[in-house]
Amino acid sequence: MTLTISYQLFLEQFVQQLLNGLFLGSIYALIALGYTMVYGVLRFINFAHGDVFMLGAFSGLYLNKWLAPMLTTLPWPASVALVLVLSMIICGALGIIIEFLAYRPLRDKPKLNVLITAIGVSLFIEYTCQLIFGATQQPFPVLIPKSNIAGIGGLTVTNVQVIVLVTAFALMLGLRFIVMGTRLGLAMRALSLNPTASSLMGVNNGVVISFTFGLGSALAAAGGILYASLYPSIEPFMGITPGLKAFVAAVLGGIGNIPGAALGGLIIGVVETLVAGYSQSLGVPSGYKEGVAFVILILILIFKPSGLLGKVEREKV
Amino acid sequence: MLKIDGLNVSYGSIKALSGVSLEVQQGAIVTLIGANGAGKSTTLRAVSGLVKASGGTVFYEGEDITNSPPHVLVQRGLCHVPEGRMVFSNLTVLENLYMGGYRRKRDAKFKSDLDYVFGIFPRLKERLQQSAGTLSGGEQQMLAIGRALMSSPRCLMLDEPSLGIAPLLVKTIFEKIAEINRDLGITVLLVEQNANLALAASSYGYVLETGTVILHAPSAELRANPQVREAYLGG
Repeated sequence: MTLTISYQLFLEQFVQQLLNGLFLGSIYALIALGYTMVYGVLRFINFAHGDVFMLGAFSGLYLNKWLAPMLTTLPWPASVALVLVLSMIICGALGIIIEFLAYRPLRDKPKLNVLITAIGVSLFIEYTCQLIFGATQQPFPVLIPKSNIAGIGGLTVTNVQVIVLVTAFALMLGLRFIVMGTRLGLAMRALSLNPTASSLMGVNNGVVISFTFGLGSALAAAGGILYASLYPSIEPFMGITPGLKAFVAAVLGGIGNIPGAALGGLIIGVVETLVAGYSQSLGVPSGYKEGVAFVILILILIFKPSGLLGKVEREKV
Repeated sequence: MLKIDGLNVSYGSIKALSGVSLEVQQGAIVTLIGANGAGKSTTLRAVSGLVKASGGTVFYEGEDITNSPPHVLVQRGLCHVPEGRMVFSNLTVLENLYMGGYRRKRDAKFKSDLDYVFGIFPRLKERLQQSAGTLSGGEQQMLAIGRALMSSPRCLMLDEPSLGIAPLLVKTIFEKIAEINRDLGITVLLVEQNANLALAASSYGYVLETGTVILHAPSAELRANPQVREAYLGG
């Protein structure tokens, strides 16, 4: 009898952790998609991507402030959607501008130059934002009125968490449609396989690269707003850690592979949450959860460098 | 149709082409032969804008197109099938063909062009949903040519279509090139290392050596030329 009860308790706890991990992981997945798409078309890691995630959260904050008179007249789902979409557009445009100003002039230079530039861009954005927004934590507005959804048994799930998960998955499905079902998506895939051939097919590679940056940055912005809705305190350096973890997620899934990035994000989120949740039984401080992603990175680089879904590139000559 | 005048190309300090001039008449098949490294591929790459010409002019249909980017030229009907085929290995055969017609509306003409490609290369139709990387070398070459046809070109530049392909398929592919030229009136500039094949398929030929045209004449004359026979046709 006691055994069944403790088993049930264990199961409940486990499912709870799994769910929490899924909510967090879906946000990592959104960010990871941007890393992987940009890698796909340009073969470099855009280290400023995590900062676009931060800019997404801040644009959400300011849009909410500036549009307050209008937003209060709308029902909350409409105002959330409006803030989300506008932030995605703003950050998508910023992503395109970043690529155009910082990376495009280096297109024909060694990849290392671009990589170093990306780190520079990242620092530039972070400190500029510190100057503009200040270094202190700012409360993120409550976009979604929070309520607990009565769960099964002892599970606690809030409506915010559910909305985050649903929004993240909807965006991923939308991305899948763009990549697999549209002409521009086809061009993105072709460009990532062979940029010379895609230009010979009439693709203006520059336009497709801009589009890819815009798309990735828009997803990161959505990630920023969703993240800030779960953890409503934002600051200019908030993008660094989630950005790095999402980068690991992209490598875990197989860098350049879009479903892989989504999968990697979910896995990192879940594993991280499980480690935090079971830290006592594992005998480690719960702060170790921050390192989990990097342990995974080391393991994946040793045992399967191409990632879970990544293919080893091979071409017939 | 296509006229190249004194084309110069350098890779860094290495001069790849020095003063290459040639002319391709509308509706003709013209070939450019030469040894490995003579500058054949570079000539095509310079025409289609993949490498920058440091000097000289390229005219296409009477207009100066020197150093125009490739995606613009495709739209004007000048299509380059690159060396090594460069099919999109992870895309399906059908997606590859769609990429060929990237700039076009998918209208009735598009559909009929697709049917034409399936007509000359029935194997592609059998493998529509297969990813292009799984095709044999010959099939990939068929796909590369079929993909180019989907752009509805008026002038096709083919770079080494026989490279790394089973001899039997090489024959088929050259027959198809002749067929495309005959049926669709597409002008062809053919770059080949296999001079025998190329001179048999073409009406006029240019011989390239270390970045310069050393000889040009109707293909039949080149085949009879002792110098060409010794250097390129195996004596």
